[in-house]
Amino acid sequence: MKLEKLILATITTDASRVQSGQNVFVCNTTEEGDAVAAELEAILDGIAHKLSNDVYIIVKH
Amino acid sequence: MNEYIYPIVFGVIVGTLSRLYMFRTDYRQYPSYPHGMVIHIALGFIASALGTVAVPSIMEQEFTAITFLTLAASQFRDVRNMERTTLQEMDKLELVPRGSSYIEGIAMTFEGRNYLVIFISFVTTLTFLALNFWWSVLVALIAFLIARKYMSGNQLGDISEIKQSKIHFDGAGLYVDDIYIMNIGIPERQKEIMEHGLGFIVKPKNANARSTIANLGQRQAILHDVSIALGVYRDSGNPALVPLIKRDLDDGRIGVFILPQEKDPERAVTVISKVPILENALRMPTESESNQKGRGA
Repeated sequence: MKLEKLILATITTDASRVQSGQNVFVCNTTEEGDAVAAELEAILDGIAHKLSNDVYIIVKH
Repeated sequence: MNEYIYPIVFGVIVGTLSRLYMFRTDYRQYPSYPHGMVIHIALGFIASALGTVAVPSIMEQEFTAITFLTLAASQFRDVRNMERTTLQEMDKLELVPRGSSYIEGIAMTFEGRNYLVIFISFVTTLTFLALNFWWSVLVALIAFLIARKYMSGNQLGDISEIKQSKIHFDGAGLYVDDIYIMNIGIPERQKEIMEHGLGFIVKPKNANARSTIANLGQRQAILHDVSIALGVYRDSGNPALVPLIKRDLDDGRIGVFILPQEKDPERAVTVISKVPILENALRMPTESESNQKGRGA
């Protein structure tokens, strides 16, 4: 099976929002979250999408 | 030397010239110069020879000789396969790919043009033998004109209106006018997109156009052509910077979001309006019987 889209990582400043799953990065501040998301976007070759103010997901398209 | 030599030579020359005439190496950079050209000139020469010698073989009552035209057909179908395979391989390495509809259209054109060459050589030689040299020159000229007419199809500007439009962010969502394009999370990327991105709205002129521009292959062709003409602000390993087209489901308008290297909205409008309408994308719902009835009432 070929997956068209895949969540590679989740970045959050509010750990209670992301209950389970692999590759969850919990950050202390929004700025830190932005920076980590930018780094992971480049490393993973995915796109960082913002779900809410606290949660980023990196998705491979 | 026999009486067929001059007509055959003339037919082959006219056919090969017509193939050369049909070449236009333009911004699409295809066929590539010089080797891609050599392949197609050689094939054009073969095609014109086939079309030409068909006439004397009929005159000599060698009717079975016509069967070699079927050979020609399979030969040129291979040309189409060859072009398709090459372009598909190349497409994997493009920053903004052509898309398979565009590729199929190009491959089809290459096959079709060879048949046109056969036809032109055939009628030219036929008139040379049946009438005389001057008549065949006239027929060759007419055939050139017909070939020219059928060579170029419609362009996007013929079936739709293209206007520049503002791009803006609503939260993380990127919009062209009121059409949602994609979600861009990182503020830094958003800044880059606002700085380099351009938005356009393509509004279809009628129901046929609406179905045609909805085609994903047609949309990819628009993105590819714009990226070739204006460059593209993107690199591998930077997937967030991607030109995209999304559709307004209510009225069939499409929102074109591009990231050109040279930010020149006027030129971009010109390029978009010159994008060819792909044969594979062309839809004519108004030709359907159910619609005819509705229109007649």
